Amino acid sequence: MKLALLLIVAPLFVACSSIEPWVKPYERQHLADPIMVMDRDPVATQYLNHVYEAREAARGAEGGSGGGCGCN
Amino acid sequence: MAVISARLIFVSSLLCLSTALSAAVLPEDRIDLLYHGYDGGGAEIIGPSILVRKKFADTVSVYGNYYVDMVSSASIDVETTASKYTEERTQTSVGVDYLTGKTTISAGATQSKENDYDATTYGFGISQDFFGDLSTLGLAVSFGDDIVRRNGDDEFEDEAKRTRYSVSFTQVITKDMIAGLNMESVIDEGFLNNPYRSVRFCIQGDANNCASASNESELYPRTRNSDALALRTKYYLPYRAALKFEARAYQDSWGIEAHNWELKYVHPIGDQWLIEAKYRQYNQTKGADFYADLFDFKEATNFRARDKELSQYTNTNFGLGVTYDVRAGWLSWFDRTTANLYWDYMQLDYDNFRDARQSDTRFTDDPVAPGQEGTYALDAHVIRLFVSFWY
Repeated sequence: MKLALLLIVAPLFVACSSIEPWVKPYERQHLADPIMVMDRDPVATQYLNHVYEAREAARGAEGGSGGGCGCN
Repeated sequence: MAVISARLIFVSSLLCLSTALSAAVLPEDRIDLLYHGYDGGGAEIIGPSILVRKKFADTVSVYGNYYVDMVSSASIDVETTASKYTEERTQTSVGVDYLTGKTTISAGATQSKENDYDATTYGFGISQDFFGDLSTLGLAVSFGDDIVRRNGDDEFEDEAKRTRYSVSFTQVITKDMIAGLNMESVIDEGFLNNPYRSVRFCIQGDANNCASASNESELYPRTRNSDALALRTKYYLPYRAALKFEARAYQDSWGIEAHNWELKYVHPIGDQWLIEAKYRQYNQTKGADFYADLFDFKEATNFRARDKELSQYTNTNFGLGVTYDVRAGWLSWFDRTTANLYWDYMQLDYDNFRDARQSDTRFTDDPVAPGQEGTYALDAHVIRLFVSFWY
């Protein structure tokens, strides 16, 4: 888990340095395409995660990670 | 009771989804009407789910979800130690997302009821966009309180509490690729086992050479801590299609270790059809420390379990889905309408959970000795049929 924390925290320090955002707003048309949404239909994804959790002991960090597209 | 192990994960996911997906932009106004069906291993679970979302003043989005599981089960556990049952679980969720600047604050509550189990969960989350909106950091916490009962035993009632903490970080990698890391810890305290399930122990010989076996109740520890770490990436292919990859690692204080990975391909056809295909593999490489298919003798260990979900096994999935953009004139009241059908196939192969029917004279005329049965396997079909309306 220490490695996991490092992986999550390290990019934050990168973001605070002088590095500029490398994908400009006008370059985000592919990211804004509906097919690139991590989870297009939350109600359907929730159900499938429910099935997985009923059949598998692992839990947590399920799907749904999204956002950050900067497309608005 | 059949679905209790998954209940709070499901509840929590509602909040996680609303938190993560609403970063800097509130979710769209939308109605989803879903029919779900699960058929496999002697269990059938069907029911509806209705989700309604509505924005107000572009700063607040509220949602409500009503979900029903109608269960008819004659799974192998039920067959060998109980009798077929039916039950119904209803779940109601409400929540709100508040957007201010690049920050989204979320709160939600869920209540689940069935004849022998009540669960209430409250959750809170916050997410922040930064670095030119290429990065999103999200934090979420939820608290669950459950009341566990046992049908036919008015004396029995216990409780379980569950706290979940999650951190997510999403990053635009290139103009064609996005990736996200998600870490979640869960802490359980209270009555965590199924009050109906039992374990097998040997009454003549030991587990390696057992002439006859009997059953006693399961007994789990009253605490469980787990950690999960997941990575998800999505890549835009040059010809307008998308490839998604995800992987997750898991471990808990019961000694369970597991990992899974999934590859999904999404492909539009024309401007009205969208098809997708996926392959997923789940490997539970180590079962719970206190799991055994057959114990040497009665009360052989401090804790004991024979839940096949706590054993060592693999779950292999294959799935197909299709979405059709409906453009009928009578639906012009909505901005957009889609009809969707998803089918998933699951194949579960257990390494150390044996098919106890093979040693039971109720199921076979030629029984083998307990502990000498073949390992159990099941396959299941999962259907999601739904229509979505944007307005």
